[in-house]
Amino acid sequence: MSTILIDGIAYGMLLFVMASGLAVTLGLMNFVNLAHGAFAMIGGYVTALAMNRLGVPFLLTLPLAFLVPALIGAVAERTLYARLYRRSHLDQVLFSIALVFMAMTAADWLLGSSQMLITLPGWLQGRFEIAGIGVGRYRAFLIVLCAVLVVALQLVLARTRFGARLRAAVDDQRAARGLGINVGGIFAATFAVGSGLAGLGGALGIEIMGLDPTFPLKIMVYVLIVVTIGGTASLTGPFLAALIIGTADVAGKYYIPELGAFLIYLLMIVLLILRPQGLIAPAR
Amino acid sequence: MQRRSLLLGAVLAASTALAGLPAMAQAEPFKVGLILPMTGPFASTGRQIEAAAKLYIAEHGDEVAGRRIELIVKDDASVADTTKRLAQELIVRDKVGALAGFGLTPLAMATAPLSTRAKVPTVVMAAATSSITETSPYVVRTSYTTPQVTSKIAEWAATEGMKRVVTVVSDYGPGIDAEKTFTEVFTTAGGTVENLRVPLQNPDFSPFLQKVADSKPDAIFAFAPSGVGAQFMKQFVERGLDKSGIRLLADGGITDDDILNGMGDPALVAITGFHYSAAHDSPANSAFVEAFQKANNGMRPNFMAVGGYDGMHAIYAALEKTGGEGSGDAMIEAMKGLSWESPRGPVSIDPETRDIVQNVYLRRVERRDGQLWNVEFETFEAVKDPAKAAP
Repeated sequence: MSTILIDGIAYGMLLFVMASGLAVTLGLMNFVNLAHGAFAMIGGYVTALAMNRLGVPFLLTLPLAFLVPALIGAVAERTLYARLYRRSHLDQVLFSIALVFMAMTAADWLLGSSQMLITLPGWLQGRFEIAGIGVGRYRAFLIVLCAVLVVALQLVLARTRFGARLRAAVDDQRAARGLGINVGGIFAATFAVGSGLAGLGGALGIEIMGLDPTFPLKIMVYVLIVVTIGGTASLTGPFLAALIIGTADVAGKYYIPELGAFLIYLLMIVLLILRPQGLIAPAR
Repeated sequence: MQRRSLLLGAVLAASTALAGLPAMAQAEPFKVGLILPMTGPFASTGRQIEAAAKLYIAEHGDEVAGRRIELIVKDDASVADTTKRLAQELIVRDKVGALAGFGLTPLAMATAPLSTRAKVPTVVMAAATSSITETSPYVVRTSYTTPQVTSKIAEWAATEGMKRVVTVVSDYGPGIDAEKTFTEVFTTAGGTVENLRVPLQNPDFSPFLQKVADSKPDAIFAFAPSGVGAQFMKQFVERGLDKSGIRLLADGGITDDDILNGMGDPALVAITGFHYSAAHDSPANSAFVEAFQKANNGMRPNFMAVGGYDGMHAIYAALEKTGGEGSGDAMIEAMKGLSWESPRGPVSIDPETRDIVQNVYLRRVERRDGQLWNVEFETFEAVKDPAKAAP
């Protein structure tokens, strides 16, 4: 029971790291970016390739898995995404889903279609026991790391000048521009960080979800569910949603394996009927 | 004078060439249409089979009974509609003498009606669902069937004194095939079986493995596509199941020779049953593995490669037997009952079912010279597909 709970929380944390970037672009910048999973895939491949081809230790690859997708995200934002901010949501969906397919075939062509495998360092393998509860070392590591990220993100958004400027830019672009806020720069930076977080999530997820060129599509459903259920008003909503979905998915598969992966969709329907605005609705 | 003799020579040469024309038309090349997934998620299947077929031709020459063998490779990206279209093109436009390849069951199934109508022998080199050979009297298989292997794993588990086994299979055709066969054979032998199915799209096995850990059976029987299988073994070890006395039995696809080396130590826990291991101890196999690796940049041949290699052999041998005549009916008749020494061991084509009869081996993964290999420790000889062998 407790082991299942911990597995579920670890899985939920992982989902949150991948979804947080999308929560920001979709929620704050009002841009439907389905290509979010592609950045997660890039992060995963950066880690896998750095480990397998260059022999970089796992922990050191994680900053790379953040930086490379963030850089690609920044370039893509300035050259491609910026043109679509004012377009309709349908255009944005078509544009970003096309990016997903391009990323998938590119990965297939460059790196082959097989699953990427990595070997974790010894201290992250196996499990330990606390008060009789078996806990996987890697899952404990995930929980700690993701919890730190969540707190840091929340602090940046709520307490820093950058966070205030971002919220201002989102609320009223014209007024923000008038006050001398560099809206374009802020959007680019936010988009880059979101992409980087997705990449980090992809890298951390190799061990749990596997990594192959279909990764962006596989993860897209989960990430969208998290953002939809959580609502896009703040990061707290998606965080709660990720924990609920992660735990429900793991527990569902444990207790009622016949329902398998179906349970989370059921849960999504119920939650959306009860709270169509998301768990934490916008204050407006 | 010199010029005149040159001219004469030219005329002579031209006339002999003309005279030779009818003779050449008679011995027109025998074309083999090889339809494989060369791109997409199953590209490794295509890569292995193509390499093996080319190796076979390189080793045995491209002429059989006076006819030149011409290989036409087409990529269907494992989409059944494409496979069917390509098969039609190959039959109508290229006039192939035989079709071969077929990475997955639906791809073979989609083509079978065409084989029947056009009377083209169709050699299935990969797809493993039992019923494929029943879809057309022109289908011959040189890979394996899931029940063929799984039934022997279940038999072995029972003789080892295991009483309770949990099956964990990926929720798709071959997985369910394996689950059914294992349950049937193992319960007949007096054991009890519990079934779990894992969604194919989501390879996080942790909740399922936790369930197994809590129910403490004697063993798990697992069936998963090869890349996902590696994930399965890792999480098996991560959960400490290897130390809890639960044994891991699996179909050999889980420790696929193509990617076995990348799996690392977790692979060492698996006991698998299969029809081919690159570590099979025979002169034919060592020669095959060595030649294959030399021709393909060190890539290790897996069960797909051996299916392709033997498929080419079936075509060569049948063409030889028909004296180069090579019509569909004659080819199929010639393939029935063929037997030969394959890299995997002795094999034959069952004359009744046109399916392959072969040894099934139980193997454990061992590290030798720094590389991981599937080392065989028990052999079941001349196993027929049980789904059809049953009276």
